[in-house]
Amino acid sequence: MALDKPYLDVPGTTIFDAEQSRKGYHLNQFCMSLMKAANRERFKADERAYLDEWPMTEEQKQGVLTRDLNRCIAAGGNIYFLAKIGATDGKSFQYMAASMTGMTQDEYAAMMLAGGRSAEGNRYVGEKKESQ
Amino acid sequence: MAKITASVFTSHVPAIGAALDLGKSNEPYWQPVFKGYEFSKQWMKENKPDVIFLVFNDHATAFSLEMIPTFAIGCAAEFQPADEGWGPRPVPKVIGHPELAAHIAQSVIQDDFDLTIVNKMDVDHGLTVPLSLMCGQPDAWPCPVIPFAVNVVQYPVPSGQRCFNLGKAIRKAVESYDQDLNVHIWGTGGMSHQLQGARAGLINKTFDNNFLDRLIADPAGQAAVPHIDYVREAGSEGIELVMWLIARGAMADVAGGKPPKVAHRFYHVPASNTAVGHLILENN
Repeated sequence: MALDKPYLDVPGTTIFDAEQSRKGYHLNQFCMSLMKAANRERFKADERAYLDEWPMTEEQKQGVLTRDLNRCIAAGGNIYFLAKIGATDGKSFQYMAASMTGMTQDEYAAMMLAGGRSAEGNRYVGEKKESQ
Repeated sequence: MAKITASVFTSHVPAIGAALDLGKSNEPYWQPVFKGYEFSKQWMKENKPDVIFLVFNDHATAFSLEMIPTFAIGCAAEFQPADEGWGPRPVPKVIGHPELAAHIAQSVIQDDFDLTIVNKMDVDHGLTVPLSLMCGQPDAWPCPVIPFAVNVVQYPVPSGQRCFNLGKAIRKAVESYDQDLNVHIWGTGGMSHQLQGARAGLINKTFDNNFLDRLIADPAGQAAVPHIDYVREAGSEGIELVMWLIARGAMADVAGGKPPKVAHRFYHVPASNTAVGHLILENN
């Protein structure tokens, strides 16, 4: 019998559940390795070679190389792990957040200052065209 | 006998810690956040606990995907502030209370909550930012702290009901400890925020303020709210709010005592990507 996953119809949102975690194990553990300065240096020196040390899928590696966080999340990445790539790049978390929404960092920061993204129209897939 | 005299609830946004550490707390962006904690810092001085039982979550710092404990109690003598990729925060190391922690572990596990006992763990912003907000920038934290880490990173996270019931078991455990100790229990994380995907930046002031109202006056009702409501209404990371129910479940009224006094309430949007909420409840 299929498991109940009531969160699949939340737009623009991927819940990091046991299935996503299984898919993303090596991707996330790669991210975790960037907690060590020596690993950050090796990654920055040759990203592809460093990624090839990990049994990640090509899709996951491309997601990292292109810094496409939505692609990484679809391939099992979790944002708390992926944030370590941004830290390695010297990018703020707000930069990373903005990059997933299609907004510039300035536009995103302005939205947050104005009270953030409203839940109105953003609760169910199909409610609104944007953010899906 | 040890006694829980108060509970503190607060967001633990990492950017708040960075603002404090980098001397930006007087900047116009951050002033309103820190102003909301001025009362709290004074309150901490006047109501200094002997031990803080601090419920927080690790953010892929101490726990990678190698091991994902749902509930982990820190039983060590001390815990170092973690290097989260920018070097450790320049804050004091956290002194534990191994005797009380071991006592709580023994009691709560016998009450059917499967705690993971952790004797070595660095603590990230989830634990140190609340201490900074409540205590400022001292050379040493005012008292020992028992870190209690909850998995809210990999779904399914524990339900609100389970967290609330766990709080009741923690209260029972603390009150069966022979030494006279004034214990505070803190619930941290939240409020509404989403850090991922096209819906990143979600904030829901109505949800947050209803949550605060209900946490004060109807915690048992709030405990019954399912995960999906938090995800849909308060963002995928808003699910951290279930941790507040652990601290709330440990208050006296839940065990038949009087309702707590609301000593302080604060709400502000935004701190970076997140809504900041804060409550101090005192047992009467």
